[in-house]
Amino acid sequence: MEEKNYTEDLNASNSENCSEPEEALDKNVRLMSPTRMVVRRFFRSKLSIAGLVMIVSLFLFCWIGPLVYNVWGQAESDTTGKIEYTQHAVTYEKNGKTYTFYQVVEVEKSLNTLAKPDGDHPLGTDKSARDVLVRLMYGGRISLTVSFLAVFITTFFGIIFGGVAGYFGGAVDNIIMRLCDILICLPGFPILLIVGTLIDAAGIDLKFKIYYLMAFLTLISWPGTARLVRGQILSLREQEYMVAAEAMGYSTTRKIFKHLIPNVVPQLIVAMTLSLGSMILYEASLSYLGLGAPEEYAAWGTMINIVAEDQNILQNYFNVWGPPGICIILAVLGFNFVGDGLRDALDPKMRR
Amino acid sequence: MADTEKNVISPVISSEYDDALIAKEEAEARKARIEADSLLPPDPCALLEIRHLRKCFPIQKSLLGKVQKELVAVDDVSFKLMPGETLGIVGESGCGKTTMGRTLLKLTQPSGGQVFFKGQDISKFNKAQMRPIRTQMQIIFQDPYSSLPPRSTVGDILSEPVKVHNIVPKDQVRDYVLDLMDKCGLRDYYYERYPHEFSGGQRQRICIARALSVKPELVVCDEPVSALDVSIQAQIINLLKSLQKSMGLTYLFISHDLSVVKFISDKIVVMYLGAMMEFGSKKDIFENPLHPYTKALFSAIPNPNPDVKMNRIVLNGDIPSPANPPKGCRFHTRCPYATEKCRHVTPVYREHEPGHFAACHLLDSERNINE
Repeated sequence: MEEKNYTEDLNASNSENCSEPEEALDKNVRLMSPTRMVVRRFFRSKLSIAGLVMIVSLFLFCWIGPLVYNVWGQAESDTTGKIEYTQHAVTYEKNGKTYTFYQVVEVEKSLNTLAKPDGDHPLGTDKSARDVLVRLMYGGRISLTVSFLAVFITTFFGIIFGGVAGYFGGAVDNIIMRLCDILICLPGFPILLIVGTLIDAAGIDLKFKIYYLMAFLTLISWPGTARLVRGQILSLREQEYMVAAEAMGYSTTRKIFKHLIPNVVPQLIVAMTLSLGSMILYEASLSYLGLGAPEEYAAWGTMINIVAEDQNILQNYFNVWGPPGICIILAVLGFNFVGDGLRDALDPKMRR
Repeated sequence: MADTEKNVISPVISSEYDDALIAKEEAEARKARIEADSLLPPDPCALLEIRHLRKCFPIQKSLLGKVQKELVAVDDVSFKLMPGETLGIVGESGCGKTTMGRTLLKLTQPSGGQVFFKGQDISKFNKAQMRPIRTQMQIIFQDPYSSLPPRSTVGDILSEPVKVHNIVPKDQVRDYVLDLMDKCGLRDYYYERYPHEFSGGQRQRICIARALSVKPELVVCDEPVSALDVSIQAQIINLLKSLQKSMGLTYLFISHDLSVVKFISDKIVVMYLGAMMEFGSKKDIFENPLHPYTKALFSAIPNPNPDVKMNRIVLNGDIPSPANPPKGCRFHTRCPYATEKCRHVTPVYREHEPGHFAACHLLDSERNINE
């Protein structure tokens, strides 16, 4: 009897509600997908737009620039000989009178070295008469390519090792995480110096030295990403939709790469953009120490390296070392702004 | 010989019951029972048959990784489920209902016992062997918010299992999913939407649709309505019932809401601290509860009629920790009728009326069953 009543109750409430099922949204009201929401929030911040503009313009400058401004080659010296006059004044006193002699020396230079910025060379030339602007563009290509490659390889290893450690746990997790601890303990720069010497000894083309060095750098810098991925996966693994995936009998690969990794991607993108900045700095430091790209195929860091050899350039020729420095600052700042903007945009608690 | 001597010296002489001896005897009897049962062939009629299912979690390990202490979340649970039936599992929070549901689906590995699904013992199956069976048994979760992946659209969520298991040919997947959505009360334009755009009830409908997308026979409903508000609960329960009728589903319905269980179940299992206290048809359990725990539990169902006086049996104390369950009958710490025997001897789970099982010494003594 009692049961019947309950059934009727349920049916009654059902017929009332079911004719108008819980309708949260009208057909025409379209909520945004998570990705679109993130994009919108990203563009709401002026700083992240500034960062994006900086990065995009640097990329255009480095890749499109040499096509537009193609007067000089990358390692091409300006051989337009130039007669340079220098004047020396020699002053001495004799019989209470002051005499001043002007000695004009006429020098014919075969190379147009250390030219001041003018029509021929918008940013002047360096010690070997190579156009600074052209070198800046090609140097940017190397710097950016190298750091992008390094970040992508780091992230790749990070995802693989972190994902495996987080998903399987237990002994696998322990082994991978202890390996990470060891790698994080290693001092990066001294080892890179040794590796640099080894590469020299092995007689590898200097043009590619920086790539080898950065490849080695990724080998010791993936643990950071791996820890991030592992932490995320550890928490996502316990979500009920993963249990549902297990109940569906999905394969392990499918669960890791289709259900877990896509949910780690936002954090990964942030980590990647932030580490791009530090990779550019790493590359610059390596080049500055003379470990990086050779002078003819200079990266930004190598171009600043000149300062270390010649005090005169540091004091009198800002046009030679200033621009690459500014480019490095712009790139690092830009990537950090974008990274910060993405982090805020991806934070689900900031539902504005 | 040495054993008997030891027993004489043991300090429990004053008491009628020697806990150590009882524990040993019980363990032996239980082992014998499990061994004897394990030889029996599975019931050919039952869709699911569980025998002495046990699930332990290690809570303390020695330095070498040897388990020193364990928590028995599910202890000696046995029942049969016929095709098309609904079995309700009731009990307080933390009594092992959810763990049992997940263990019998092999989402966690059982520590002991047998699980027969269509006559196959799946308790020892590995992942590859489970793969084809996965489509036949599905689960609906309690929390509709965390059980849907946040970065997939409803269409992706529902069509992924269909594609993985080749339920229908590739070109028909979309139609199949739309048809399924229609059956579960979801509009077709929800296909491209994300889970965060829906309310709890709609999300639970998506979860039901996902579970049904692989055409299962057994669905474990793990408190599917307890996270929803009451009007939506009724809708979801009615949806589950109508789907059961149209698709011939068998449900294992886990809930702590007795009125919901009463509405949907054919048979009911009452669990307390991981063990089965009582099992019987809905009628038996609701009209003639045998176990004191069941009586207390059912006296707590609120009655909407204010004129009816409620004879509520109030239990004292809290549910004991499953890491350290009481000796003897698990329920003796809170049972109003507990005797000295209950404190020391574990009652045997036996059939008191046809198809109506319970584990209680009081019932045994009423019916003059002596060990």
